[in-house]
Amino acid sequence: MEKKILEILSEVKPGVDFEGRTDLIDAGVLASFDIISLVSELNDEFDVEISVVDLVPENFNSVEAMAKMIKRLEDED
Amino acid sequence: MKNVLEFIENSAKNFPDKVAFSDESNSITYIELLKMSKTIGTALVKKNNIKNKPIAVFLDKTVFALTAFFGTVYSGNFYTVIDSMMPADRISTIFESLHPVAIITDNEHLKIAESIENCGEIILLEDALRQQIDDKKLAEIRSNSIDTDPLYSLFTSGSTGVPKGTVVSHKNVIAYSEWVSETFDITSETIFGSQTPFYFSMSVLDVFSTIRNGATFHIIPKKYFSFPIKLLEYVRDREVNTIYWVPSALSIVANWKALDYVELPKLKKVLFAGEVMPTKQLNMWIKKRPDLFYANLYGPTETTDICTYYVVDRKFKDDETLPIGKHCNNCDVMILTEDNRLAEVGEEGELCARGSFLAMGYYNNPEKTKEVFVQNPLNTAYPEIIYKTGDLVKLNEKGEIIYISRKDYQIKHMGYRIELGEIEAAAGSIEKIKTCVCIYNESEDKIVFIYEGSKMTDSELMNKLSEKLPVYMRPNVIKRIKQIPYNQNGKIDRKLLKQTYKDI
Repeated sequence: MEKKILEILSEVKPGVDFEGRTDLIDAGVLASFDIISLVSELNDEFDVEISVVDLVPENFNSVEAMAKMIKRLEDED
Repeated sequence: MKNVLEFIENSAKNFPDKVAFSDESNSITYIELLKMSKTIGTALVKKNNIKNKPIAVFLDKTVFALTAFFGTVYSGNFYTVIDSMMPADRISTIFESLHPVAIITDNEHLKIAESIENCGEIILLEDALRQQIDDKKLAEIRSNSIDTDPLYSLFTSGSTGVPKGTVVSHKNVIAYSEWVSETFDITSETIFGSQTPFYFSMSVLDVFSTIRNGATFHIIPKKYFSFPIKLLEYVRDREVNTIYWVPSALSIVANWKALDYVELPKLKKVLFAGEVMPTKQLNMWIKKRPDLFYANLYGPTETTDICTYYVVDRKFKDDETLPIGKHCNNCDVMILTEDNRLAEVGEEGELCARGSFLAMGYYNNPEKTKEVFVQNPLNTAYPEIIYKTGDLVKLNEKGEIIYISRKDYQIKHMGYRIELGEIEAAAGSIEKIKTCVCIYNESEDKIVFIYEGSKMTDSELMNKLSEKLPVYMRPNVIKRIKQIPYNQNGKIDRKLLKQTYKDI
């Protein structure tokens, strides 16, 4: 899953090394409106629905955090 | 009153220990704002004994940026706000015409500042803040200032791609902030939650009506505009009661239904400008919060920020457009036809403005200035300048001004004159569409319709559109994209969309 997320990230924001970073939001790597396109990509790819409640910086600061959130959403289904 | 610094000096006297400005990590009171601005002003005077010259401020949107603006003004010069995310190349282009005598930056941005050509002397904010205030010198500078001296210059992208720097004077902002304060009842009780960047003219409303009235201004961190719940929690926790945001930011809150999750008991006023407010999203706000005051403001940087406004006082259907209303107090507008007469009710014309909100012109650009700041064609008796906005509008039966489109958005398709904005307004009311943009492919005479929203077949969409639009206004190409792009100001990035999808 992490690999797929990395792929999506590099499509949304090419030319950035996302691996191992835990400050994607706090350091402004993913800017304001990138997140919303990222969310719809993740929704489509993993067939989940990230709701506004999941839309918090903590869930997007690292690839691991995103994977954790997606796994949780998949389990809830 | 001749100088906006009197706003700060008065508020520092009346509300010394009240918070004037805050960002995520810092806040400053009025007395601190006054002292820091004077300190920076003194540092600038020591380095450059000059008057009415541009000084660039190259800092993030923080309370320190504000002290740098007012410090510049204390030194008798005017400031230009440079987006700290802007590529060095574009900054160099701006500086080719601006030639700033100095650039104020901090250690964090020093490296980039050093790589910019024509940037003038680099002044580190950290160093400038260590100066001793020289009150005598600052008073002397003030005694020689007049209200038509420049206060700031903001750069907007020109249609040719070369940015133009609009020069705005003290007088402009004093007149403008007076209208803002009386119209929206801005007082020392007002608490703003600021969205717009300082290099964008909309920020002039909240910044200057704050210092004028001893209000409080909280900078909302940009990153929260992608996290609607966090955004509203921030607004709630800072007890914000007035917001003046671009419609795209308000739409994100509406589309994600964030108001269902976070209550904003203190919020009273919602003002918006900068682009057309989609009625569907406004109705979502009104449905959730019918108790709030909503107003649609309209105007370009060249009229300081705004020249007309409409307070939402009745219901609109999702496919109706909001009026931009009537002229502001102390700023007149008129609708001129191509043959320079006043347009009749219902007749299209170009919106032109006159009065004290009108900027001085474009910095170092007499050609562009002459094109749009012209003699009032209806007045042949004495010199009187009006500003031609380049926006097409008309009056409705109620006497309200209705925005139609930019003069250059109006297209001719299949022999008809079409406003792309009209197609967007009609399509935007369709339930499955979150946001949509229309562009025109001139070479093939095709209307390209781009939308973000739930999946539907093109024929489903066309069926819905055919209920709302005549045949010649229906799009020729439909494209669904995952995310409508936004520019640095938070507005829909039409330029990028046009580049990307013009030829599909």
